[in-house]
Order: sequence, then structure tokens, then C-alpha cells
Amino acid sequence: MTNATAAIEARGLGKRYGRRWALADCTLTIPAGQVTGLVGPNGAGKTTLISLATGMLAPTTGTVEVLGGGPASGAAQLARVGYVAQGTPAYAGLSVADHLRLGARLNPRWDAALARRRIEELGLDSRQKAGELSGGQRAQLALTLALAKRPELLILDEPIASLDPVARREFLQMLMNAVAEQELSVVISSHQITDLERVADHLIVLVGSRVRVEGGVEHLLATHYLLTGPRRAAASLPASQQVITESHTGRQSTFLVRSSEPIIDPAWTAEEVSLEDLALAYMGPAPTRSPDIRALEARP
Amino acid sequence: MIWLTWRQFRSQAAVAAIALAVVAIVAAATGPGIATAYTSAGLGDCHARCATDASNFVSSLNRLDLLLYLGSFLLMYLAPALMGIFWGAPLIAREVETGTHRVAWNQSVTRTRWILVKLGLVGLAAVGTAGLLSLIVTWWAGPINHAAVLSSGQISGFVPRLDAPVFDARGVVPLGYAAFAFALGVTAGVLLRRTLPAMAVTLVAFAVIQVLVPNFVRPHLLAPAHLTAPVDSSIGLNVNAGTGQKSIQLAGPFARPGAWVLSDVIVTPSGAKLPNVTMTPSGAELTVLPKACAFMLGAAGPDPTGLRDCRSVLAAMHLRQSVTWQPASRFWPLQWVETGLYLVLAAGLGWASVAQLRRRRAA
Repeated sequence: MTNATAAIEARGLGKRYGRRWALADCTLTIPAGQVTGLVGPNGAGKTTLISLATGMLAPTTGTVEVLGGGPASGAAQLARVGYVAQGTPAYAGLSVADHLRLGARLNPRWDAALARRRIEELGLDSRQKAGELSGGQRAQLALTLALAKRPELLILDEPIASLDPVARREFLQMLMNAVAEQELSVVISSHQITDLERVADHLIVLVGSRVRVEGGVEHLLATHYLLTGPRRAAASLPASQQVITESHTGRQSTFLVRSSEPIIDPAWTAEEVSLEDLALAYMGPAPTRSPDIRALEARP
Repeated sequence: MIWLTWRQFRSQAAVAAIALAVVAIVAAATGPGIATAYTSAGLGDCHARCATDASNFVSSLNRLDLLLYLGSFLLMYLAPALMGIFWGAPLIAREVETGTHRVAWNQSVTRTRWILVKLGLVGLAAVGTAGLLSLIVTWWAGPINHAAVLSSGQISGFVPRLDAPVFDARGVVPLGYAAFAFALGVTAGVLLRRTLPAMAVTLVAFAVIQVLVPNFVRPHLLAPAHLTAPVDSSIGLNVNAGTGQKSIQLAGPFARPGAWVLSDVIVTPSGAKLPNVTMTPSGAELTVLPKACAFMLGAAGPDPTGLRDCRSVLAAMHLRQSVTWQPASRFWPLQWVETGLYLVLAAGLGWASVAQLRRRRAA
């Protein structure tokens, strides 16, 4: 694996439909060799970002590089990226075996043994038509197709959104096993942070077509605190503490802050936050926002 | 990619193969009988009385043969349209509709190659199917087409092969139609991204083109022959007994068996066109034609003396017949030119579809 090259490198990336920006001013680096969770509410631009990275869409502004190359820029580039599209589409009229044959014929690095083994593990009847599979089975088939291609980067767009909890768990388990075996970089999107909590090393929160926060999960957890203490205004906090959310009762204030420095003010009880709380804080509409966030949003 | 295209297309190909087989069997069962009747009517090497022999031959055909003859036009009009609708329109649209294009476009095959293979393979199948159909139908209907030429248009309902609809259903033009209809369907599918609307648009657009081309384009594909000849006393005078009104139709001496007449008018020395229906008992048109001819409109009917007078007066008017036509020998040149035109249109549409997909907007 070429860890030196980023899995996905976006600079000023934007996509506009008519007057609406589906994704705006997106600059980020998704590291190679890690599992990156892409979280955001529906319509935040997750699918747009993924479509741009897979070359399904052309950007309106900016550039995006995938493993150092242009998205879908040629057969060799396509071979390096596996993609499970939203809704895990499959050819309804083709059988499971046909899908594997399709993969074998269209991919030079196809791993037939891997594909066969996975289908056996899943207990799928290879003569069954994809149109007759359950949602979970179809998602597994799509994942198999993408994995047996032996990609360096696997991109999954809401692969488990329509699955029941058991199928979800099975799917993620399969994915994590594959990641461990194949040394993949993975980008997986979901509108639910709970889906990704256990799998993601790196997190991107997209809200309103913009990147709200991005970083390594450990780093994010280490720099966010839930502060509880006597009631006070957000503006009175030190500049090094960026307020993400705040709530007040009569006597008490609670802030979720991002701070690169440890909290030393003895007036506060500082707690660590869970990844879920952290992501929800960024996804939810902040009641009052700190000046630097407002400044960020005021940009055209 | 070829495997996938074939795997997706094979059930449609099976339907086409069955349809072709049915047509071939029907043609093989009835064709030899028609060919035998043609030979026994003496049309194989006729020199005299050909028109009469041809009429006899056609009237000797049984009802089934006549039905099949009419059916062959329907078949040749429908086949390209059906291939455009059921092969062309869904080719890309169904993939986009069901999201499977995302599967296809993320295998290690470029989008351009994907669409080129699909276009090429299924397009060839469409052209091949139309070619085989045309081969069968052209062979089967050959004797009837020859008879239609020999009869000089005397058998109503059987026009020479240069006239629509015979021209459209014979020779190589069906190949061009099939290629064009298929490309039209694909383009509609790429632009609309939905199968059903693409099918509807394909049907309507193809029907419009198939009406416009024979009427407005085909006559000018090759420069037509033109002739202006003086009308002498041998001019034909046909009395049309319409609804309560009689009129006289002038017919010049022009006769070219098998020709496709584009226009045939009688003009006065000043060049003014004389309408076919030129004379009614009370109409102002009486000033155009001599009164000597007015008797023809009366109840008395033909009168040899009056007819001669009328003719000689007409001859003195120095009328001329002006005819524009495509000669019978132009059948194959016109076929190739029109086929070429449709193939160019099909190639243009195909190129537009590829360009549209390459712009990556069909996601």
C-alpha cells in the first residue's frame, strides 16, 4: 500500500445543480490505509462527494484525486477503486453466479477464490437471481463484487441504510474482516454515526453541503470536552476553546467545546465525549454559534 | 464486456430469432407457389401483352398470399421501430433507472468502452435482423414486384417498387432504418434516463421521420428526371364523375413502366399549370378548356365526332405535359443513398450518446 499517497484528496471541490450547491468548497485529505466514516444528515452531500470521487459526476469547481489519479480516468484507475453504490444496485435479471462471472470478465485483478468463498460463507444460492435476494443479501453481493476486484480503496455509499439490524451487523463484520485481510483503505458513508462508531479510524462530518469537521477519531475524541459548570456565556470562554454546542439551565451551563489544550479551569467538570455525541453535536443545529464558526459559514 | 452485453441481450435476441424463424417458415411455405404462378403466367420472359399477363398473375394469387403481401409492409415498418423501442431505448436508460450503471461503470472497464460495445453489438444485431427480414421479404415478394412494374400501374393496390410503401420494405433501406431507430432509442434513453418515456419518444420520432423522408427527402436524394413534351391530339381525356359534378382530367402521353412520378402536370404555353380537374359545367374553368369539350360533361357520353373536335382544339392550344420522375432504374441507387443517409444519422446519434455519457452527467 502506498500510504504516502492520500486515498482521496479534494481541493475546493464543489458541485452545483442549478442554483443549489450539493457540495461546496470541500477541501480534505482522506488518509490511505484507514477506515474513514463519512457522516451527515440526509442531503448533506455525502453521495455527491462519493459520486465525485468515483467519477460518476464531474465537479463544478475544484479538483479531486483518488489514490493520486483522476477519478475513473481509465481502466487501470478503475481497477484500483471498489465502489458499492447507494442502494447496492445489482442486475435483477442476472444470477449470483452471473455477477461473479461479470466481475471476473471485467476486472483484471479479479480474485475468483475470494468471491466464491464469500458467496459460500454467506450461504447464497449462486443460481438465484439478484432480483430475488433480500436487501441484506444484495448488499453482501455488491460488497463481494467490490472486494473480489482487489481494490486498494473501497468506497461504500450508505451500504447498510436499508438493512435490518442483524444484516447491518453482518455486513459491517464482513467489511471489517475484509479490511483486516486485504489492507484496504475504506470510505464508508452513513447518516447514522452509530453505524460507524466501531469501524471508523477517521471521521468526516458533512452538514449542509459543507465539511463541518474532519479528523482522526482518536484525535477528535482527545480534543473535545463536555464542560459543565456554573452558568456563563459562551463568549466568556477562552479563545482556544471553540464552542460546538451549548445548553443552559437556571444555574448551570453545558458546553461541548473543541480545545487543543487541556481544560484546566477548576470551575468546570470536563468529561470526555463519545464519538456519537461529538458527531451529533456537529450535525445538529447549534443554538448559538461561536464567532469563528459563524465566520466560516458566512463565506460565499 | 462482450459477455455482459450478450448476457443482458440474449433473451431479446431469442425473441428476434424466433420471430425471424416464423417469417422464414411462412415465406418458405408460400414463396415457391407464388414463383411458380409467376412463371406459369408467362412473365418469366414476356415480350408482348405483359401488362395483361401481369394482371392475370396478380388476380390468380389467393387471399392468404395477398394478406401476406400487405402484412410484409406492416412487418418491415414495424420491425425497425420495435428494435428502436425495445432494444435501443432501454439499453442505457434501464441501467440508469435501476442504478446498475454504477455497477458497470465501476468495474475495470471505461465508460466509453462500455457504451461502444453495447452500441456496437446490439446495433449490429438490429441491422442484421432487419437485413435478414428484408432478404426474406424481398425474395418472397419479388414476383409480385416485377408484375407490378410490368402492369404499368394497372393493378390497383400494387405499386412499382420505387413507390412507397414498397421501396421502404425492400432491399437495403430496412438496414438503415434499423440502425437509425436503434440509435434513436439509445439517444432518447441517454437523454431522458427513463425507459418508458424514451420508448414513447423513440416511437413518435421514428414515425415522424418515416413520414417526412419518403415525402420530402427521398424525391431529392438523386436529381429526378424531367421532361416537357408537347401534347398532341392523342391526349387522354378521362371523365371523372364525382359527387354530382363531372370533371375532365387531362392525361399526357407519358409512360415509363416502374417510374416513380413525382409530379405530372399539363401547362399552358405561358407556363401556367392546368389543374387536373379543369372543367365543370357551370364553373369558371370553362374559359380554360375549349367549349368543344363541354359535351363530355353532358349525359350523352362519348361522341366520336365531338371527341375528335375537342382533341384538335386542345392540340391547337399548344399544351405541354411537364413530368418529373425517378426512373425505374434508380431503385438501387436510391436504396443505397437513402441507406447511407440513415446510417450517417445513426452514427451521429450514436456519437452524441457516447459524448453525453462521457460528460458524466448521466449519473
